[in-house]
Amino acid sequence: MSPAARLTGLLTSGAVRIALLLIALVWLTPLAGLLFSSLRTEQDNQASGWWTALTEPRRLSFDNYTALLDNSGITQALGNTVLIAVPATVLVVIIAALAGYAFAWLEFPGRDWIFLLVVALLVVPVQIGLLPVAELFGELGLFGTIPGVVLFHVAYGLPFAVFLLRNYFAEIPREMLEAARLDGGNEWRIFGQLVLPLGRPALASLAIFQFLWVWNDMLVALLFADADSQPLTVALQSEMRQFGSNIGVLAPGAFLSLVIPVIVFFAFQRHFVQGVMAGSVK
Amino acid sequence: MTSVTSPPPPPQPAGSPAPPLPAPRRGTATRRRRTGRGTRPDGRPGVRGRRITSWIFVFPALLLLGALVVYPVVFSIGRSLFDADGDRFVGLGNYTELFADDATLTAIRNSAIWVVVAPAVLTGLGLVLGVLTEKIRWATAFKLVLFLPMAVSFLAAGIIFRLAYEQDPDRGLLNAVATGVHDTFADEAAYPTARAREDAGLTPGPDGSYLSARTAAPGQTLDLGLVGIAPGDLPGEAEPAHGAGSAQAAVDELRGTVWLDFAPGGGGEPGRVDPGESGLPGITVQALAADGETVAATATTAPDGSFALTGLPDGEYTVRLPAGNFAEPYGGVSWLGPAMITPAVIGAYLWIWTGFAVVLIGAGLASLPRDALEAARIDGANEWQIFRRITVPMLAPVLTVVFVTLVINVMKVFDLVYVIAPGPVQEDAAVLATRMWIVSFGGGNDQGMGSALAVLLLLLVIPAMVFNVRRFRRSGS
Repeated sequence: MSPAARLTGLLTSGAVRIALLLIALVWLTPLAGLLFSSLRTEQDNQASGWWTALTEPRRLSFDNYTALLDNSGITQALGNTVLIAVPATVLVVIIAALAGYAFAWLEFPGRDWIFLLVVALLVVPVQIGLLPVAELFGELGLFGTIPGVVLFHVAYGLPFAVFLLRNYFAEIPREMLEAARLDGGNEWRIFGQLVLPLGRPALASLAIFQFLWVWNDMLVALLFADADSQPLTVALQSEMRQFGSNIGVLAPGAFLSLVIPVIVFFAFQRHFVQGVMAGSVK
Repeated sequence: MTSVTSPPPPPQPAGSPAPPLPAPRRGTATRRRRTGRGTRPDGRPGVRGRRITSWIFVFPALLLLGALVVYPVVFSIGRSLFDADGDRFVGLGNYTELFADDATLTAIRNSAIWVVVAPAVLTGLGLVLGVLTEKIRWATAFKLVLFLPMAVSFLAAGIIFRLAYEQDPDRGLLNAVATGVHDTFADEAAYPTARAREDAGLTPGPDGSYLSARTAAPGQTLDLGLVGIAPGDLPGEAEPAHGAGSAQAAVDELRGTVWLDFAPGGGGEPGRVDPGESGLPGITVQALAADGETVAATATTAPDGSFALTGLPDGEYTVRLPAGNFAEPYGGVSWLGPAMITPAVIGAYLWIWTGFAVVLIGAGLASLPRDALEAARIDGANEWQIFRRITVPMLAPVLTVVFVTLVINVMKVFDLVYVIAPGPVQEDAAVLATRMWIVSFGGGNDQGMGSALAVLLLLLVIPAMVFNVRRFRRSGS
C-alpha cells in the first residue's frame, strides 16, 4: 500500500471511530436525561433543562425517589408488576415446556396439524383478544384482577414459547431418549430429568424474553387491571395527563421501572440478546 | 452468536444469525414418528395410555390458546359484523364505515407511514452500523449500548422522549440543539419586541413589516420612531439619534433616522427626535416605488440610526422596515405538534430498535465467508464496491428477515404513540392499534367498529402468518 493510501485509511478509520463513539453517546443521552431529570426538583425541571445539572451537580438529590417510595399507590403498583411478571413468566415456561416436549417427542392424533396452528398463531396481535377476553373474564370474575392479567399474558406468550421449545427439544439426540425409555423411565421422569436440564439455554432465553415482555407491558394491563391490580406502567401512564407538572413522579418512576430490566440485561447479556432476537416475531 | 433454537449438540457455526423464525432442521421427531410405533419395547404402557399422557402434556397450552387466542379470533370476526351494541347485524357495514371515518383514515395513513419508513430506515441503519462496527475493537460494547434500549419499556421511552421533545428550548434537549444550531448559522432578528408608536410616522404592514405613513420624494428626510425596546436590549454600538438626520439629502437620495422614540427618565415629545433618545443601528430600510412592490433602494441604519437611500429616480416613495427586523426569535421545532408528531414517535422507535437491527445484521456479517471478501480486495476492489457487490447481496436473506420482523412489529405499535402524543394531538398521531383502543374503550365504546379494526390488524399480518407456516412446513417435513 502506498503511504498516501495508508494515510487515507488511517484517517477514515479514525473518522469511523469518532462517528461510532458519537452515536454511542447519542444513544446513552436519553437515559442520562431521564436519570438527571429524576434527581432534580420539580422547580428546577420547570425552569431549565436537565443538562444544566452537569454544571451544578450539588442541586441533585434523591428526594423524588424517597417521595415516590412513600407514595403507596406507586409502591403497590411496583409490587403488582412483580406479582404479574413472575407468575406469567414461570407459567409460560412450564406450560410451554410440557407442550413443546409433547409436540417434539410424544404421539397423539393431529399433533402436526395442531402444531402448525400454533405456528400460525405466532403473529396474532394482542388487539384481537382485548374485547372478547374482557367479556369472558367479566363472566369468570377475572376482569380487573392480577390472575386475569397473568392468564392473558401467558396465553399470548405461548405460541412463541411452544414454538421455540418444541424446535429446541426436537434436536435432542433420539438415542438419549430411547436409552432413558429402555431404562424404564416414564415420560414425566424423562421430561424432568433429561429434557429440562438439556433445554436450559432455551428455557433461560425464553424466561428472560417473557419476563421483559410482561414487565414492560402497558396495553394489556391498561384494560385488564383495575386500580388495585395495576402495574407500574399503568400507574405512571395515568400521571402523563399533566406531564409538565408531574415530572417529579414520572421521571423517577420511569427510571425505577427500567432498573430491573437493565439489571437483567447486564446480568444475562447473552441470553437476553438471544431471547429478544428469537422473540421479536411476536 | 448462536441461535437459541439450536441444541447444545451440535452447535451452529459461530456467528450465524439468530433468525426470528428459526428453521428447525429435518426433525428427529418426524423421523421417530415413522418408526416409533413398531419399535415399542414390551412392558411399556400401551398406545392408549401413552396418548393420555401426551394429552396431559399439551392440555394446559391448548386450553389457554383455545380459550384466549383462537376463540377471540373467531368471536372478533363475528362481532365485527354487528353494530355498536351487538344487537343488529350490519354485515360489512363496520368495514365500509372504517374507510369513511376521517380519524380512522388518519390512523391508516399513519400506519402506512410507519410501515414504509421505520423498517427501511432501521434495516439501512443496521446495515451501515453493522459494517462500520467490524472496523473497531470495541464492537461488542458498542452493540451493547445500542441494544440497551430494548430493555426499556415503551412507557419509560415515551417519558424520556416527551422530555426531549419539549417545545421550550430551555427544557427540551432537541430544541436546545436545534435553536443552538440555527442561531449559529442565521442572524437573529435585532428587535423582536419593537413596534411603531401610533400616529408617529409608521403604520404596520400586512406581513409584520412597518411602512412610512406618508410618501416622500428624493431630497427629503423621514424620521421613523419605534417603541417597545427596553434600553437594556439596545445594541452596544447604538449612539444618540439627536442631530443624526441633520445632513441634507442629495437630489437622488432619501435620508432619515430610525430611532427609539423614548427618552429614559421621561421628557421628549412623541414623534420628534429629542436629546437623550437613541438611534437604532442595523435596521434594514427599503424604498418602495409607487407600485408598493418594487424595492428601489435598500440601506442599513448607522449607529446613530441614520440611513440614506441613494440612487433614486424622481418620484414618490414609501419607506419600509421589513419584517426581518422584528421577527420572533427561532423557537425550535414543534415536535409534539400535529405536523411532526408521527416522525417524532418514529424517532423514539428508532432509538429502541436500532440495536436489534445492528446485532442481527452484525451476526450475519460475521458469518460471511472471509475468502470472498479477501479475493475481491486482492483484485483491487475498493470498500464501496465490496459493500455494494458482495456484502449486501450475500446478506440479503438476513436483511429480509430483519425487515419482515420489523414490519410485523411496527404494525402493532401502540404504547409509544399512546404515551408520547399529548392528548390534543393524539388523533393526529393515531395508528391502527391506538385507533382500535380509542374506538373500543376510550370513549368510543363501539365494539363493532373496534372488532372490525382488530380484524383489519389481523388481516394485515396474515401474509407473515402464511410466510411462517410455509417456512416451517418446508423445513420440518
